[in-house]
Amino acid sequence: MIPINLIQSTAETLMNKAAIEIPEDYLTGLKQAAETEDGDLSSFVLQAMLENYEAAKEDRRAMCGDTGVPRWFVKLGNEAQVEGGMIALEAALRRATASATNGVPLRPNRVHPLWRTDHDNNVGIGAPEIEYGFEPDGAWIDLITVHKGGLFGTDYRMLFPSDGIQGIKRFYLDSLMAFGKRGLACQPAIIGIGLGGSKDICMTLGKRASVLRTVGSRNSDPRIAEMEDEFKELGNSIGMGAMGFVGKNMVIDCNIEVGYCHTGGMPMSVHAFCLSSRRAVARIHADGRVEHRTDPDWFTDYQRRETVEWEPQQEAAE
Amino acid sequence: MSPRKPREVRLSTTPSAEAIADLRLGDVVYLDGLMYTAREGVYMRALEDQANIPMELPSQSAANFHCSPAARINPDGSFDMGAVTATASFRFAKWLPEWMAKTGAKLIVGKGGMTSRDYKEYFVPNGAVYLSTVGYGTGALLGRGVEAVEAVHWNEELGLAQAMWVIRCNRMGPFIVASDLNGDCLFERENAKIAENVARVYEGTKPAVLKRYGESDDRTDEVI
Repeated sequence: MIPINLIQSTAETLMNKAAIEIPEDYLTGLKQAAETEDGDLSSFVLQAMLENYEAAKEDRRAMCGDTGVPRWFVKLGNEAQVEGGMIALEAALRRATASATNGVPLRPNRVHPLWRTDHDNNVGIGAPEIEYGFEPDGAWIDLITVHKGGLFGTDYRMLFPSDGIQGIKRFYLDSLMAFGKRGLACQPAIIGIGLGGSKDICMTLGKRASVLRTVGSRNSDPRIAEMEDEFKELGNSIGMGAMGFVGKNMVIDCNIEVGYCHTGGMPMSVHAFCLSSRRAVARIHADGRVEHRTDPDWFTDYQRRETVEWEPQQEAAE
Repeated sequence: MSPRKPREVRLSTTPSAEAIADLRLGDVVYLDGLMYTAREGVYMRALEDQANIPMELPSQSAANFHCSPAARINPDGSFDMGAVTATASFRFAKWLPEWMAKTGAKLIVGKGGMTSRDYKEYFVPNGAVYLSTVGYGTGALLGRGVEAVEAVHWNEELGLAQAMWVIRCNRMGPFIVASDLNGDCLFERENAKIAENVARVYEGTKPAVLKRYGESDDRTDEVI
């Protein structure tokens, strides 16, 4: 049984870390970009960003003044038990979100869409979002917080099988061009592409591809992994860099996730995680141990399963 | 070829006309003096509701920051400001001509900026230029440049994110000069260079079989 107080205190720590500490995989990717960048202004911007990450860590202040919209992804091992059940868990995550907003401090970004009511704590109707996943073994619970920023850099389009790979490339380039100018996408970023699903799931897949996968990770389907390499290079060949200045670094990495869709369609979404790529993860074990990390490790074989039944032994033997 | 470093300039938030005239596109600026935040909430309250602006403008400050800080008001009434980052400015263009005329703002600071048409139409006649934040998201560096939070106005009416924050800047930056007194726009200059390569990048791709309303196929267009 995982104590509810431990969940709340861990969640508060995660809120803090996500806002302040740039994840190592993205930092490494951005440092590599800074080394190759030869555009005068783009290069200046990347250097300033690297200094900014240092300043944030030294001062324990948020990396960016727009601290995004905090949300939670919760993954449970099949044997996990939470004190007070899932209602208590949700309450703990809402409390942690509110208290960290005041504590770090974060910007109270969340308002009612019509009445613009602001509770000054990032909590409200449907906020923070809490989404769930499960894994076959284990009594642990993974708490993942993502504070994705920005109103730009995300788009959806219903494509069709006849659009093919060239149609996918075009919509990808369209999204980068549209949101890259003036740097509205806060690039260079981790770009996530969702392919398939229904419209809502297509958006979810693309969002998760950008925020729940790390720089350097590759899809387990080797042909999709090849596309990820190709699309990263394609995005970086536009000639646009940070802030939309002339440069050659637009995409730190490109992650693609797929889901089965209607036979007539090929829906596609594009998402840009920003220069602050705020994500933090902790696994809480049944015995009370807490392990912090920055890789959500969301897309396991189980999450990408294709068959009716899940038979891990058989999979392992293949 | 290794990149060239841009020129660095220190600038007062109540700058002289000469200091503004000296700024060139792509210069890196650090600010000293008082700067206030104002975005849609403040514009609507001051311009549409005609509320009295709670500062002496432009004598106290001629610098308008499009920003909501990550900040809190403590129980004792003092303020804590963590990170500071700009928000996209083009959404506020409709209020700016009247705001500049009313407050004498000379430095509009934010993210993205406006078009050269806006700059020529009402920035230049008001002797004003646009400064862009860097990144976007050097929030921690900008936060270090905040020497003190002097006041927060209209917090009750507008909420923390839309309130008018008054901050004292001490070498606050970096910012990049994105428009000059000629009304030229840094981003348009960069877009024009990037546009030369667009046809090559799109080679082989094809338009979607199903079109959308209002679709432009000209990738040199900006959609803002």
